[in-house]
Amino acid sequence: MELKRVVVTGLGALTPIGNTVDTFWEGLAAGKSGCAPITRFDAEKFKTRFACELKDFKVEDYINTKEARKMDPFTQYAVIAADEAIADAAFDMETLNKNKVGVIWGSGIGGLKTFEDEMIYFGQGDGTPKINPFFIPKMIADSSSGQISIRNGFRGPNYVTVSACSSANNAIIDAFNYIRTGRINVCVTGGSEAPVTIASVGGFTAMHAMSTRNDDPTTASRPYDVDRDGFVVGEGAGALILEEYEHAKARGAKIYAELIGGGFSSDAHHITAPHPDGYGALLSMIDALDDAQIKPEEVDYINTHGTSTPIGDPQEIKAIVDCFGEHAYTLSISSTKSMTGHLLGGAGAVEAVASVLAIKHQFVPPTINVFNRDPEIDQRIDLTENVGKSREINVALSNGFGFGGHNATVIFRKI
Amino acid sequence: MFDIVTFNSNLCNVFEPQNFYKMSDIAEKVKSIIVEKLGVEASEVTPEASFTNDLGADSLDTVELIMEFEKEFNVSIPDDQAENIQTVAQAVTYLEENAK
Repeated sequence: MELKRVVVTGLGALTPIGNTVDTFWEGLAAGKSGCAPITRFDAEKFKTRFACELKDFKVEDYINTKEARKMDPFTQYAVIAADEAIADAAFDMETLNKNKVGVIWGSGIGGLKTFEDEMIYFGQGDGTPKINPFFIPKMIADSSSGQISIRNGFRGPNYVTVSACSSANNAIIDAFNYIRTGRINVCVTGGSEAPVTIASVGGFTAMHAMSTRNDDPTTASRPYDVDRDGFVVGEGAGALILEEYEHAKARGAKIYAELIGGGFSSDAHHITAPHPDGYGALLSMIDALDDAQIKPEEVDYINTHGTSTPIGDPQEIKAIVDCFGEHAYTLSISSTKSMTGHLLGGAGAVEAVASVLAIKHQFVPPTINVFNRDPEIDQRIDLTENVGKSREINVALSNGFGFGGHNATVIFRKI
Repeated sequence: MFDIVTFNSNLCNVFEPQNFYKMSDIAEKVKSIIVEKLGVEASEVTPEASFTNDLGADSLDTVELIMEFEKEFNVSIPDDQAENIQTVAQAVTYLEENAK
């Protein structure tokens, strides 16, 4: 079967450094940190008391109060980013065949805040289960894709992928496959997370996975720096409209880039630790390059998973060197998590948007907070330290790796 | 807006001092819960208004409303009683008779 081509015709972003695609890009290009003290709950007794939260965000500016109340924050973010992407794609809703529009979303956790609030309320009672009837529909991870579908009348395939921090990349690849095999014409895809909650921050700090640089939060997310001490959790969403190329051309759509490949692998190693040799990461990138039918030398930019954890960062760089050989030293690499923090199941979506925008603007966003590069990171690698730069970007690759040993890679090309 | 006294003049325990909620307090509180939970205008919350037919509630909204009434007025509304609370007036009447 001849596969159809798939292009990106709409983008949405609700991030700690910008609440729209335009402001998100401005923040990325300028090297802005989205990190600040936690406001979502009283973090006084927590080892980590900062996070990358959304700024100047009021849900009622986007969704009416009655609807918003029935959504966990991760679903609100999903709906808002998807709204922006759908508007950006500028469909004629009268003629669009909505039965051939899917919504495939990524979230690593789902409605954690909803779960916490309900169980805290239960715990304060006498054991009588006075559970709110909206508890289940708000909490379940697929409420995000469900709400996007309900809001827009899209009746194609609809579900959420859950693979921790590679969830959104898995969603994008699934959407890609449905379109290129001709099952649907359009898919709203991406991912969101709302993990600045007591259980999440408490849980990740218990794993020693998060930075505890409370005296200087804006430099806490510092991938590849020798003093990095863990990731910084972030909240928000990224959304992409994927569309079959001929369908997009026929309606005269604006086309940002082509999605040319998706790859996956599993570490088969450990529930949280990445494979020490970066073997899973390597397999995922090789699989994506094979799928895209391009040579490694064609890749110009890699948006790394790069979370700022001591063991994760070097293994990914090692995998890149193993995958690209000498070309690893001519392509540009950056971790935009240094600015946005780690949006967990939403990370791949926000970073796919960043990768597409890097192609659009022919500009590599920086890895900020690299003060003293870790000697364990290959010194010949161009990490785009601290300042972004213009360069030719024909092909951009984005990695996402998740607890459980899930790896997924997507590749976009200029069109 | 509605006047609770004309709306239900048969209530016997309205002015009993042992009742924590006075009748008018109950009606106002019920109304504000409905406005908040169903996202409707206060003017729509008339005594005859049906939660589902007039105020846009679905089955889950209705369950949530009953739970909010239970929480706010410290009562337990059995399911067979809850089924009979379909309108604003029915809610107010039930709560006036049962609120602690």
